[in-house]
Amino acid sequence: MAEKTVKQRVDFNELKSGGFIKQTQKDLFTVRLKVPGGRITPEKMLKIAEVAKKYSRMGYCHLSFRQSVEIVGVHIDDFDTVVKELATVGQKVASCGPRVRVPTACGGCEYNPNGIMDTQTKAVEVDEKFFGTPCHHKFKMGFSGCPIDCTRTREMDLGFQGVVYPVWGKDLCNGCTLCAKACLEGAIVSDKEGRPVFDESKCVYCGDCIRACPTDAWKDKKKGWLVRVGGKHGRHPREANEVLNFLPDNKVNDFIAATLKWYKENGKTKERVGTSIDRVGLDKFKKEVASAFAQS
Amino acid sequence: MGEDEKVIPDDKIDLRGVLCPINFVKTKLKLEMLDTGQILEIILDDGEPIRSVPRSVKEEGHKIIKVENIDGAYRLLIRKA
Repeated sequence: MAEKTVKQRVDFNELKSGGFIKQTQKDLFTVRLKVPGGRITPEKMLKIAEVAKKYSRMGYCHLSFRQSVEIVGVHIDDFDTVVKELATVGQKVASCGPRVRVPTACGGCEYNPNGIMDTQTKAVEVDEKFFGTPCHHKFKMGFSGCPIDCTRTREMDLGFQGVVYPVWGKDLCNGCTLCAKACLEGAIVSDKEGRPVFDESKCVYCGDCIRACPTDAWKDKKKGWLVRVGGKHGRHPREANEVLNFLPDNKVNDFIAATLKWYKENGKTKERVGTSIDRVGLDKFKKEVASAFAQS
Repeated sequence: MGEDEKVIPDDKIDLRGVLCPINFVKTKLKLEMLDTGQILEIILDDGEPIRSVPRSVKEEGHKIIKVENIDGAYRLLIRKA
């Protein structure tokens, strides 16, 4: 009976992806707003502030751990108005429950000197394509522009981290040793003439050598994404498995689609993809998903 | 780097003991006082300074023409862009 009353009060089409989270207080919900990659315009911030001031019955917002703005304490009767008012600046509601969530991302390669891949563009693109896709459990994705991995892609169901492959040419090298100084991994050691000796087994593909080199003797041969799958946090954290390196930027969407398909077929209800991998084996995932994307 | 051995810097600054990113900011301010093509000598500590400052200088478009190890610190010559 209660459901019938609620139906008259709320447009359920607005709720299909969740994003309205029940609170302990009767009839109050937290409205989670979509902020892909955590980047938000001042225009949207002002509108959110205005809406929150009007409709939060508790008088505050919360910045979620996954970069969303949440308006806390919104009464169920105000849902439609809140959604409409936010829509005037294009601000959408995010999701909760067993589906693809809004992707997170680091600040962005436009202004961060470490940035290798464009996480912000990718987060928006991936959000548009995959947001709300139903899954066995929640499905979280994140993008880090470089191996510092601010987005913690090891905790993502599917994480992408920027990498760059360095190559050195002896003609331009003047033996200054700055690359060996710049390399934090010990992958580059200078010989007697100051020239680099490169040990790829230690390289994390961060590109510090390329950025440090004053003569452009170090160059990037290719850039791409290191792909991690099966990570999660929560009660039983699981570190993601690295399944592919140097995935080209234009293959990210295909990789996500293939992973979601595999998860749908191999996973069980209420099981995160990392648990599915533990149950059926990482090799199965690699063989059925990752191998098709491996470059020769 | 033989051709640069006898380069005489137009200005110099000793940044030993100066932390990041103040060492870079001081380098930048010194470079602003110079004309294009002039040379600045800086001395940097090992560790974080030698890792960070050269790369920031490069990002600003200047050219590092010499790097020299002097008793655990580094002497760099920078040609202003």
